[in-house]
Amino acid sequence: MNDGFQQFLLALHVDDRFARLGQLLLDSTLETLYMTLVSTLFAYLLGIPLGIALTVTDKQGLRPCAPFYRILDVACNLLRSVPFIILLVVIIPFTRFLVGRSYGSTATIVPLVLSAAPFVGRMVESSLKEVDHGVVEAAESMGASLWQIIFKVLLPEARTSLLIGVTIAVGTILGYSAMAGAVGGGGLGDLAIQYGYHRYDTLIMMITLVLLVLIAQLLQTAGMKMALSLDRRKH
Amino acid sequence: MSEAAGQQKEAPPIIQVEGLVKEFHGSGGLFRALDDISFQVRPGAVFGIIGLSGAGKSTLVRCLNLLEKPDGGRVQVDGQELTKLSAPELRLARRNIGMIFQGFHLLMQRNVLGNVLFPLEVAGVPRAEARRRAEEMLSVVGLSDKAEAFPAQLSGGQRQRVAIARALATGPKIILSDEATSALDPQTTASILHLLQELNGRYGITIVVITHEMDVIREICTDVAVLDNGRIVEQGSVDQVFRAPRTAAARRLILAEAAHAVEEIRTGKVVRITFTGLTAFEPMLGNIMLECRTPLNILYAATKTVNGKAVGEMVVQLPDSQALSEKFMEFFVRKGLNPQEVEDFHE
Repeated sequence: MNDGFQQFLLALHVDDRFARLGQLLLDSTLETLYMTLVSTLFAYLLGIPLGIALTVTDKQGLRPCAPFYRILDVACNLLRSVPFIILLVVIIPFTRFLVGRSYGSTATIVPLVLSAAPFVGRMVESSLKEVDHGVVEAAESMGASLWQIIFKVLLPEARTSLLIGVTIAVGTILGYSAMAGAVGGGGLGDLAIQYGYHRYDTLIMMITLVLLVLIAQLLQTAGMKMALSLDRRKH
Repeated sequence: MSEAAGQQKEAPPIIQVEGLVKEFHGSGGLFRALDDISFQVRPGAVFGIIGLSGAGKSTLVRCLNLLEKPDGGRVQVDGQELTKLSAPELRLARRNIGMIFQGFHLLMQRNVLGNVLFPLEVAGVPRAEARRRAEEMLSVVGLSDKAEAFPAQLSGGQRQRVAIARALATGPKIILSDEATSALDPQTTASILHLLQELNGRYGITIVVITHEMDVIREICTDVAVLDNGRIVEQGSVDQVFRAPRTAAARRLILAEAAHAVEEIRTGKVVRITFTGLTAFEPMLGNIMLECRTPLNILYAATKTVNGKAVGEMVVQLPDSQALSEKFMEFFVRKGLNPQEVEDFHE
């Protein structure tokens, strides 16, 4: 791995041990961000269609279809009730098939996406269901098709709620990514477990903890700010 | 002139409803919300449908663009039988039927111009043309200066104007108004009604108005149907129904205000009479009182505008004596004052 940050710290006459530590923390932080953001992206690529399908086929939806809704509903609930740490292990063959190995940050993205997608789907569903039914009815009265209603009414009108959902999802995925550290998942969680749990190095564990909390707070604040600033309902 | 009027009468109805039935499955079993509804609306009319809440008005208006699917009967709009159309055909037909709602139902995340553009985008109108059209509609409703504002920044009346501009954008022949003024204060209500009337006069758009307020009907409607428990119990010109309501349901709606005023009294018979321009000149009450040598107790009196014409309305208490009371009644009938006994409107 690139050790530019370590060289930079050494050039500043930082103690060799701390320079190495600095490099380690930086790499782990970047890995954590990579896992969290890419997983969120993929979770939404799956979760948005899932949430739309759940909304549309629901009893009160635009195209009610009880059997289809039931299947998605049960699948979502089942997948969500598998504890993440178990899921992580159970799907190792699948992960290996997809990315070629079962450890490291890229491999961790697979279980992260799989466990977050149903949860994201649920959040998308509840955001879309918050959209005033009257507005949907007005769009129907103007001759809008199902797809026009989804893309021009439901998604844009639910924007604020969807973005708040993204913020929550990012936070949850960040937490799960740390859990993956228990099986060599890479990132700050991995670092904390290796140094704090296996080597009793409390200092590194505490630094990692602070970094994780900082990242979580930063993402939450930025997400909420963006969600609210894009909301046109209050002025 | 009379020929043109004659021709207009010949024009086929723009909305024709026959034997319409709508049922809902409620907790108490099957509930018939609309029961064998039939009526016609001629092109250019402002057709009012009035009823108390729960009468089925909103269900009825939703059946006119098939937002609600009827369980029986026919709905024909502008020569097309809606119930027989395929889904894409129905979407096309709906562009010919604008609709406005009590709750406005604007897109809250789009600005005013964006809201008016919405139906044009849906219809696939090219961008530049759509924009021109939307701006034109905004000027029709007097909101050109608010194009960039968001609905949340507007008053109720302004929001309803945006909704009207949106309903007009695709150039519909018909506008359905579902309690469009019920959430507005009296002054704003008047200005919205005036706007609808102007659209009717200027563009010949047929308007169907759903309301529970007789005032709205009196103000702008030419024809009215009274809906009660899912049935049309009375229909005709507003003038006719207002002056001489035949059914209890119609009387209840029309007398709502007068009823309030006469709540206290309870001895003699209470009667409502109406005057038109012709009868208003004669000092009729004076004459009859002199003739019978008995004073009449006037409980309520008002002059109301029905379709631009002034109509006097009065609620009087007749004497206790049976003979005198009959004499008054006979006189009212003879003079064409449409006496209506007012005792059945208290529920």
